[in-house]
Amino acid sequence: MRFRFTETVIDTMQARSELLDPGAGGYASFEGWVRDHNEGQQVVGLEYEAFQELAVKEGERIVAEALLRFPVKHALCIHRVGALGLSDMAVWVGVSSAHRGEAFDACRFIIDEVKYRVPIWKKEHYRSGDSGWVNCERCAAAPEDAHDRGRDHEHHDGAAVLTVRE
Amino acid sequence: MQLKIHYYALMREQAGRSEETLDTFADTPADLYRELLARYGFTLSSEQLKVAVNNEFSDWSRPLKEGDAVVFIPPVAGG
Repeated sequence: MRFRFTETVIDTMQARSELLDPGAGGYASFEGWVRDHNEGQQVVGLEYEAFQELAVKEGERIVAEALLRFPVKHALCIHRVGALGLSDMAVWVGVSSAHRGEAFDACRFIIDEVKYRVPIWKKEHYRSGDSGWVNCERCAAAPEDAHDRGRDHEHHDGAAVLTVRE
Repeated sequence: MQLKIHYYALMREQAGRSEETLDTFADTPADLYRELLARYGFTLSSEQLKVAVNNEFSDWSRPLKEGDAVVFIPPVAGG
C-alpha cells in the first residue's frame, strides 16, 4: 500500500525504510504538523476523520500518478486520523529517486493532490472554546470559496502567466 | 428502494448519525441530496459537495439501485 492511514504516531523511520532502493541516491520527505493558528484563530487541537474506503483508493491513485509523472523509485504517503495535539505529525510523504530534483517535485505533487482530492476532514478546536470543520463552516456562508482552497499553487501559476503576458 | 447512506464530518454532526438505511424514491444522488437536505437542514449545498456511490466517485445523475451505498463528500481538508 502506497497510501495508508494510522491512528497512532507516524513511524517515519519505518516509512523511510520502505523507500530504500539500490538505485536511489536520496529521498525527499514532507511532514505536515498541527499548527497553533489558522485564519486568525488560536488552534489548540485537531481531529481528522476520513472516508477511508474511498480515501485509500484516491490516495493510491495520486501516488501512482506521481510515479508515472516523475522518474522516481518509490513513494509513500501516511495520514493520521483521530485526535492530534499541537506539533503532532498529521501527514508524511516520502519519495526516493536517483536524483534529488524529481524527489522534491514528486513529494510536492503528492501532498498538494492529497490536500485537494482525498476525502479527509479536519475539525479544529480553538482557544476560544469554539470548533469548526475546516473549509466547511465558512464556505457554507461563502460557497464561491469552497473548492478553491488547497489549490493556491494553481492561482500562483495563473498569476505568473499574467505577469509574463504583461 | 433501500439505500445505505454514510455521513462524515460536518454532515455527520448535522444529521446526528454516521449512517442509516433509507427507504426512498430518489432516482439519483441529486434527488437523494434534495430529500436529505429537507430532512436534516444541511448547510452545504450540492454545488459544494462531491458524491460517492459504492466507494467510488460518482456523477450526480447516476441512476441509483437497490442497496447502493451513498456518501456525500463535503469540501476536504487533509494534510
